[in-house]
Amino acid sequence: MISLTDVTMTYGDLTVLGPVTLDIPAGGVTALVGPNGAGKSTLLTIVGRLTTPTTGRVSVGGHDVSTTPGRTLAKTVSILRQENHFVTRLTVRELVGFGRFPHSQGRLNADDHAKVDEAIAFLDLTELSGRYLDQLSGGQRQRAYVAMVLAQDTDYILLDEPLNNLDMKHAVAMMGQLRRAADELGKTIVIVVHDINFAAAYADRIVALADGRVVHVGSPGDLMTSDTLEEVFGTPVEVRRDGPYPLAVYYR
Amino acid sequence: MAEVLTRPAPARALRRPRIVARFGILALIVVAAAVGVLTWNVPGEPGSRAFWLAVNLRVVSVATIALVACCQAVATVLFHTATANRILTPSIMGFDALYVVMQTALVFFFGSSALSATDGLLKVVVQSVLMVGFATLLYGWLFAGRRGNLHIMLLVGVVLGVGFGSLSTVMQRLLTPSDFDVLSARLFGNLSNSDAEYLPWGALVVAVVLVIVWRARHRLDVLALGREASVNLGLAYRREVVGMLVLVAVLISVSTTMVGPMTFFGFLVATLAYQLAGSAQHRVVLPFAVLLGMATLLGGYFVLRHVFYAAGMLSIIIEFVGGVFFLVYLLRKGSL
Repeated sequence: MISLTDVTMTYGDLTVLGPVTLDIPAGGVTALVGPNGAGKSTLLTIVGRLTTPTTGRVSVGGHDVSTTPGRTLAKTVSILRQENHFVTRLTVRELVGFGRFPHSQGRLNADDHAKVDEAIAFLDLTELSGRYLDQLSGGQRQRAYVAMVLAQDTDYILLDEPLNNLDMKHAVAMMGQLRRAADELGKTIVIVVHDINFAAAYADRIVALADGRVVHVGSPGDLMTSDTLEEVFGTPVEVRRDGPYPLAVYYR
Repeated sequence: MAEVLTRPAPARALRRPRIVARFGILALIVVAAAVGVLTWNVPGEPGSRAFWLAVNLRVVSVATIALVACCQAVATVLFHTATANRILTPSIMGFDALYVVMQTALVFFFGSSALSATDGLLKVVVQSVLMVGFATLLYGWLFAGRRGNLHIMLLVGVVLGVGFGSLSTVMQRLLTPSDFDVLSARLFGNLSNSDAEYLPWGALVVAVVLVIVWRARHRLDVLALGREASVNLGLAYRREVVGMLVLVAVLISVSTTMVGPMTFFGFLVATLAYQLAGSAQHRVVLPFAVLLGMATLLGGYFVLRHVFYAAGMLSIIIEFVGGVFFLVYLLRKGSL
């Protein structure tokens, strides 16, 4: 379980998040949604201990994020940011191999190599594994980063906009792969998504934020109503329920 | 473009022999240059007493060059890795400037005779301790605090460097011409007249640092990915960065006390190593950069000393080449 207690984040007088008290149960896919500046990414990076909150406590899988040694945490929770740029020139395999660092401290054994192969295969990157990252398209690169996080083999995986740079086909494939990781590998996946329809179609839970506060927590079925979405996003939304899953129509 | 993208990438196994071959070539150049410097044009019959006397004198030069190349190459790669950038170099943080201001202050307050009178192990130790102390203070205070930020630390380093430089200039303006002459001879790196007495101590310090760095090689690979990836992979990021920067300070202080400031040599060697080593891993890049540094310095020294009879010019020429290289790199890259 991921649990946040009275978490706030302020820059000077400006409060960008909180106070937030929230429990995300283990297992399944949880989507963080909300308008720009709602604090989704801030919340995710605080849980992923990349940002230290101004006040409040965070624990992931029973480990307090601020006091647990980095190495222990790195085997419990992994986080992938939206922007990833490395000065070193790496192949896909080298990048994914870094995911094993918390387990092997850089000396990869046969077990680590197996996990790396597994993660690469899971994201359909086997044929690209010898390629340098700068020789890949944006979407392929995005999948390589996700493969690195999967190779880290943590129970909790936090992804900030994993659909960035992905076209329709690859976005659907990525969400399908995350769904499989949750269902088949038993991972707890928390993602920030912009497209509410992706959240509705794939997530088990949706946490809606606005102005730095959690305004709704619930299943896609609960949240996907015209009133709620209009309140969260501040724009007219019509919700259709004539398909296999609820669909928000808001384009014009 | 499509063809480039669909061409199968070289397999992992294929790259290893290439890396080994490059190491081999470089090692050959280093050995050839070292033997050349030691034995070229030595007075007396090979094997005679005069021969060995001359060779022994030259061993000091070769050892100094090897040590300096080691220091500069490793320090620059470490600095690049710790700051996750490939343009800034340790000298931009004011380390060389600190050395210059200490030497200048010595001459300014006590006269040029003080410079040679205080030479010796004690001065070297005091200088090194001051430089490392400065580094630890700056990095520890600026970076390890709660509001610590790498960019602010770099900026303060640059400002301090410029400040030290200006301070030195002011003092140098007020010196007598003869004092200034003695001082400027000291401030320009000179590989051919270093202090043999300091050599073993410098070598000892560098050896200890190199062992620490080698043991950290896998952590360095992670550190080069930047703060967020390092934290995600469980590295104690701040502690690692401050630790590495202190090691940089130690290496630079050894190099500077031996041959004076060198601004662009480390940059030249590190950048070429990234391009040529064939792998981004530190266990490849670090030794490659060291070998490249030795090849450059020893080769240049050999050519200048035995072909052009101008050994004292070496650091000036290397700085010139390095500076031009730096500008070309900057212009081609287009941004910091």
